[in-house]
Amino acid sequence: MHVPDGFLDAPTSVATGVVAVGVVAVALRKARTELDDRTAPLVGLVAAFVFAAQMMNFPVGAGTSGHLLGGALAAVLVGPWTGALCVSVVLLVQALFMADGGITALGTNVVLMSVVGTFVGYGVFRAVRMVLPKRLSSVAPAAAVGALLSVPAAALTFTLLFAVGGQAPVSLGAVLTAMVGWHVVIGIGEAVVTGLVVGAVVASRPDLVHGAHDLVQQRRLEIRGTGVQA
Amino acid sequence: MSARTSTRRFWVVGLLVALLVAGFGSYYASSHPDGLEYVAEQTGFLDSAEDSPTAGSPFADYSTEGVEDPRLGGGIAGVVGVLVTLALMGGLAMAVRRRGSPSRERVGADD
Repeated sequence: MHVPDGFLDAPTSVATGVVAVGVVAVALRKARTELDDRTAPLVGLVAAFVFAAQMMNFPVGAGTSGHLLGGALAAVLVGPWTGALCVSVVLLVQALFMADGGITALGTNVVLMSVVGTFVGYGVFRAVRMVLPKRLSSVAPAAAVGALLSVPAAALTFTLLFAVGGQAPVSLGAVLTAMVGWHVVIGIGEAVVTGLVVGAVVASRPDLVHGAHDLVQQRRLEIRGTGVQA
Repeated sequence: MSARTSTRRFWVVGLLVALLVAGFGSYYASSHPDGLEYVAEQTGFLDSAEDSPTAGSPFADYSTEGVEDPRLGGGIAGVVGVLVTLALMGGLAMAVRRRGSPSRERVGADD
């Protein structure tokens, strides 16, 4: 979903750039609450993994492909503010070194994938966690649902921006239908990858998963209660 | 609880997976246009796209300048991207973290 330069006009690109800078500035402060000596060393790894996964385009039919956006994945693993920073750094590296996504469009891409992708994904994850049983096996499915919805949410946001600042006179209805339709399908891929990766991390190191924090605390109490030395 | 993976081992395995995906697996990725590009083409706004100012970068479009073989060139670009991302975000996270938090004692001999 990397927007190239030229799709959106200058005022829209400046506006998304301002929003992106603002959110990143807030995220730099809030990330501090999510990161300590134990969790911080893994954050670079999460960003590196998202970069790698974004190279793996999977076919979604009719000559189209999609790839992981990674916002929901990063948010569940390291927290939403840190996750937003991870995706922003990935987008920065891609724009500067790989010419993937435009430079004037960088703010737009940060808004779509780092902000909307990450926070919609994390919000849905928290909501689904609330209705599922409070155990570790609920974390990966909840992350998958968050991932699933984060992709069409980002596609919908692009369409709204295109309605405001699109540079080509095309039917907005057609853009909306096609963007949301295709990105629901891509969202299924996002859900599968996110569910598998979160499931694997929960299975090996649940204590490192931000979105499982409350469950690991609870388990420690249970272990203490039975008198078993951990 | 079964013996859990040490932080170091977790980190090394994770990095190897990322390097393998970017350096090797990406060659087998679908080369079809992604959702946005496809929709732009179908609905008629793809032509409004402009070349990125960084289109001349040595790793533009996930290739490597001077390396003819697309598998090798793409793999090098992928590995460089993973390592640059790791260094930038890893450094940022270490810089903004809370230091000396109480949870550290729980990791024991991980380092």
